[in-house]
Amino acid sequence: MTVDEVSTGSTGTAPVELVTLTIDDVEVSVPKGTLVIRAAELIGTEIPRFCDHPLLDPVGACRQCLVEITDAGNGRGFPKPQASCTIEVAAGMVVKTQVTSPVAEKAQRGNMEFLLINHPLDCPVCDKGGECPLQNQSMTHGQGETRFTEVKRTFPKPIKVSEQVLLDRERCVLCARCTRFSEQIAGDPFIALVERGSQQQVGIYEEEPFNSYFSGNTIQICPVGALTSADYRFRARPFDLVSTPSIAEHDSSGSAIRVDHRRGRVMRRLAGDDPEVNEEWITDKDRFAFSYATAGDRITTPLVRNPETEQLEPASWPAALAVAAKGLAAAEGKVGVLPGGRLTSEDAFAYSKFARTVLRTNDIDFRARAHSEEEAQFLASRVATTSLDVTFGDLEKASTVVLVGLEPEDENGSIFLRLRKASRSGVKVVAIASHATRGLRKMNGELVQTVPGQEPVALAALELGQDAIFLAGERLASVPGGFSALVAAADKAKARIAWVPRRAGERGAIEAGCLPDLLPGGRPLDDVEARTDLAAAWGVRTVPARRGRNTTEIFEDTRLGTVHALLIGGVEITDLPDPAAARRALAKAEFIVSLEVRESEVTEVADVVLPVAPVVEKPGSFVNWEGRVRTFDAVLHEPNSLTDIRILAGLAEELGQPLGFRTVAQARAAMVELGPWDGARVPVPTVGPDTTAAPKRAVVLDTWRLMIDDGRGQDGQLELKATARPAVLRASAATLKAFDVDPGGMATLSTDAGIVSFPTEVAELPDGVVWAPANSGASLRAALGVGYADHVTLSSGSTDGQVTA
Amino acid sequence: MTDTLTPVLSADWGTDRAWTLKAYKQAGGYSALETALKMAPDDVIAMVKDSGLRGRGGAGFPTGMKWSFIPQDNPKPKYLVVNADESEPGTCKDIPLMMATPHTLIEGVIIAAHAIRAKTAFIYVRGEVLHVVRRLRAAAREAKEAGYLGTDILGSGIDVELIIHAGAGAYICGEETALLDSLEGRRGQPRLRPPFPAVEGLYASPTVVNNVESIASVPSIVKNGIDWFGSMGTEKSKGYTLYSLSGHVARPGQYEAPLGITLRELLDLGGGMRPGSELKFWTPGGSSTPILTAEHLDIPLDYEGVGAAGSMLGTKALQVFDQTTSVVRCVLRWTEFYKHESCGKCTPCREGTWWLVQTLQRLDEGQGKDGDIELLLDLCENILGRSFCALGDGATSPITSAIQHFRSEFESGLHTPSRELFPPAASTLFAPQTVGGK
Repeated sequence: MTVDEVSTGSTGTAPVELVTLTIDDVEVSVPKGTLVIRAAELIGTEIPRFCDHPLLDPVGACRQCLVEITDAGNGRGFPKPQASCTIEVAAGMVVKTQVTSPVAEKAQRGNMEFLLINHPLDCPVCDKGGECPLQNQSMTHGQGETRFTEVKRTFPKPIKVSEQVLLDRERCVLCARCTRFSEQIAGDPFIALVERGSQQQVGIYEEEPFNSYFSGNTIQICPVGALTSADYRFRARPFDLVSTPSIAEHDSSGSAIRVDHRRGRVMRRLAGDDPEVNEEWITDKDRFAFSYATAGDRITTPLVRNPETEQLEPASWPAALAVAAKGLAAAEGKVGVLPGGRLTSEDAFAYSKFARTVLRTNDIDFRARAHSEEEAQFLASRVATTSLDVTFGDLEKASTVVLVGLEPEDENGSIFLRLRKASRSGVKVVAIASHATRGLRKMNGELVQTVPGQEPVALAALELGQDAIFLAGERLASVPGGFSALVAAADKAKARIAWVPRRAGERGAIEAGCLPDLLPGGRPLDDVEARTDLAAAWGVRTVPARRGRNTTEIFEDTRLGTVHALLIGGVEITDLPDPAAARRALAKAEFIVSLEVRESEVTEVADVVLPVAPVVEKPGSFVNWEGRVRTFDAVLHEPNSLTDIRILAGLAEELGQPLGFRTVAQARAAMVELGPWDGARVPVPTVGPDTTAAPKRAVVLDTWRLMIDDGRGQDGQLELKATARPAVLRASAATLKAFDVDPGGMATLSTDAGIVSFPTEVAELPDGVVWAPANSGASLRAALGVGYADHVTLSSGSTDGQVTA
Repeated sequence: MTDTLTPVLSADWGTDRAWTLKAYKQAGGYSALETALKMAPDDVIAMVKDSGLRGRGGAGFPTGMKWSFIPQDNPKPKYLVVNADESEPGTCKDIPLMMATPHTLIEGVIIAAHAIRAKTAFIYVRGEVLHVVRRLRAAAREAKEAGYLGTDILGSGIDVELIIHAGAGAYICGEETALLDSLEGRRGQPRLRPPFPAVEGLYASPTVVNNVESIASVPSIVKNGIDWFGSMGTEKSKGYTLYSLSGHVARPGQYEAPLGITLRELLDLGGGMRPGSELKFWTPGGSSTPILTAEHLDIPLDYEGVGAAGSMLGTKALQVFDQTTSVVRCVLRWTEFYKHESCGKCTPCREGTWWLVQTLQRLDEGQGKDGDIELLLDLCENILGRSFCALGDGATSPITSAIQHFRSEFESGLHTPSRELFPPAASTLFAPQTVGGK
């Protein structure tokens, strides 16, 4: 029996050196370095274990996995039973597990008994009951009756490890999985084992709370019910739950998750096990932020604005679709389509086809954030239809990973964890950024200190060896020349580039053709062959050839009256590069159709509001940053909850130009049939850097969204939000001094649009640069109308009556 | 074999202010260092290896061999760590030695550091013995001022820094890897091996961890030669050592004698049992070593002899108990100690000691249940060899050996409290000498 690949997530192609040993009289060959406990799994023997976890370093603490090793491979056996989770296989080794060794069997049974003497056995009220490794393994490897009649150890219960994570110490078997995860994987060693002997327990240092973005993973890997989440504690029993695999929607990682629901209600989410993507970990946001779909402001019926009262009133689907179709038809193709960045690929494809075949416009742009023509060109030339050029696994094999315009810990936690793992095995992480963040330090990363906006200079100066990878965040779109310099630097170093957007739907929207000048499958709009190919596939005579408007232009021309109507698919106005301009445009638009899940600023001005299904209620797929298609089925089947596809198909039919599909499956089939473009690509952008002088008495703003912030996707999750990082403004001591701000005191950022205050923290930023969170306490876009690399005015003190973070 | 005392380490304990550099030098101190510094490091290692010196901390591993395991091609710094975390119940040899003649240890440290090419050495002292810490620090200061520590020692070009580190009071930190964790500033818990300290010890660098007495024995070997050292002791257990006699003995104390002496001889030297008392049981090397009885009075107290009798030489802490002592109560006290000192890392030791104590308490109270003795033996079987480090093993030794030799006393625990069978007051040293059983 030979097994080449152990489940470690490695996708290496290097030849594997095999070692042959005997376990329970069965000869097995496994890769060198395999632990005995995992080699045994390969012959179908499960050795009981608690502390062992394949993604954590061995510790050998729980002693549950003891086996007899009668020959260590050198002709001599071990006199005592050995912990199979700490011993690597050796050629000629002879192992006897509980299956063939009475010694091992007794050692395991005895250890299980020890584990249970101080365990409360409160399984009937314990959240873990029914899915508990201790419960299960005590059934398989323990004894039915206890011999322990004495006094059990008790603790007051529970204690808060954080607002989100609760600890029942008497249930804990002290396996140290949680503490090892926090230290080894997340790099947040805020929990540790304290005290000794029978008083040993998981503890925190009160002044350093367990505010880790990955804390929920400790709950999931806890082999007993010691760690529970405030969110799920006492809410359900595992055997009452229905588990549905799905894909996380809060970032572009495409992390596998498992959604557990009961009677149509999501009770919790867990990390799925996908070695190639998120391994077994997810961020706390992906784990806990799911109640937004039931937050109370969900739109449940179509709404149509009554022209007389100017109020939205519930309407039937046929009536609402008729009104919407009529309004869109009246705009005679002068419709801007803004599908947003959170759609599934199939939904995005429906928008693209709807815009180009029904509305006959190329005025479609999924980007509800800072964007540029240069970015669109970069996406068309280097991102669209590239698939798995750079993968999670590749990050572990690169020599250097350069981060530009990306803070993985906040913006893509799965990339952060993978990079941290990579850095532990020698991959160099380099960040082109204004300062070394905690995340960068945890990756042992190197900072190329750069003033926001000066990335082109930093990129041009970069010297890299072979096998480097660039990870570019969407923020780079705010920097003129940024993507051009990125492509030049990568080409110079023969390095690969991966583009990492924040939102789950952005990458799929590119493939679906939700950019004005990029048709589905990466077909360039300007390429007549590509247009013809698409028209043929779609069964239309032509697709429009006129260059489309991007998001900014759509709003601008709506305000000017050249765009008459808007079709909006769930766009937060405060996410837009210029919320004030967008509001003026919305006020000016003649007709607005909004497809959205929850009430928003757009709802307030829409003429027709068509409720769509949230991710949990629809099937679909996200294309993650790797270009990996992550397909999922609906978790909850709500007959009244319609996908964007179904609604757009209805609208199209009402407008007399059917889309040709009504369901996700049909849309997916149409996408597959269409396939990617194999013709010439758009050339790469060659935009020079911005050379306009900075305004006087202004500072450059560095900003991004913290993982846990005021985003609406986290609504309804108070415990999660309580673990957010504090909103502080960071600047160098010299910068603070130059603007008369007390270090640690309050500082104010202002623009013509408004004013925001933050407490300050001295950090090693370049002089003249400040960092502030984009949406923690106050939205910088909403309050100041600014974003990354913009100029703001810094002054001291807070501003009573104004927005304060 | 000789039956006389051979005071080497303890030879000068009686000298006035023996702990000062002046007194130590008057007794010929630091002359071995001068010899050793002129020797090549490998020659020092070979000398200690050839002398047959075995580790005095309990396990008896050959000291010179341990030094030779240090990979000298490893570019990382090498460290010498002296384990002075003496906390085993009954063991009391290192602390008097460090109190009386700390320079013996420091001289040994410098020689050992030279041998393994360590520029930094640590003495990890048990936290409770503040007076010893102070005395060691004073001695290290004196040695440094005299040029025995620091850079270019005695013009040899050899540098050794010595750091006296006080532990925080945990028995587990006597376990060498837990000691290293503690020394690094972490909570003391044993580490997974491999890697062994010789390869990745302190700060993941090659490290030798030796007991105080082992290191303190080195200067005498350098000074007097391996033949002198080998003239004492037995074939496989060479040299002299400190035997710590305690308990119901007329004159308890440190008896420095060649390895292989018997308890009968030591008791003679110590004036015999206290008046009116007879030997009931004893530990050869602290509470972790299985107890022995009067029938073992003539076994040679060396590594092989005690091992053959089913126990271990351990730290040569001979605790002697007379007929007034309740074995059950004594074993309960020891077990309470192990429960208190279990670090908590592994299940068998943490939970097993918790259970053992409660079962022994019941027997001590005369409220034992049928099957309790079998339960104790079974629990010990489930701990011994199953725990992460030797602490768990040590916790079972007194129980299994006590049941082996005194099973009937445990059986009495099913109905009669130990305080009735063995009134505690009679065991005290100040008890009237008309003790029961006479």
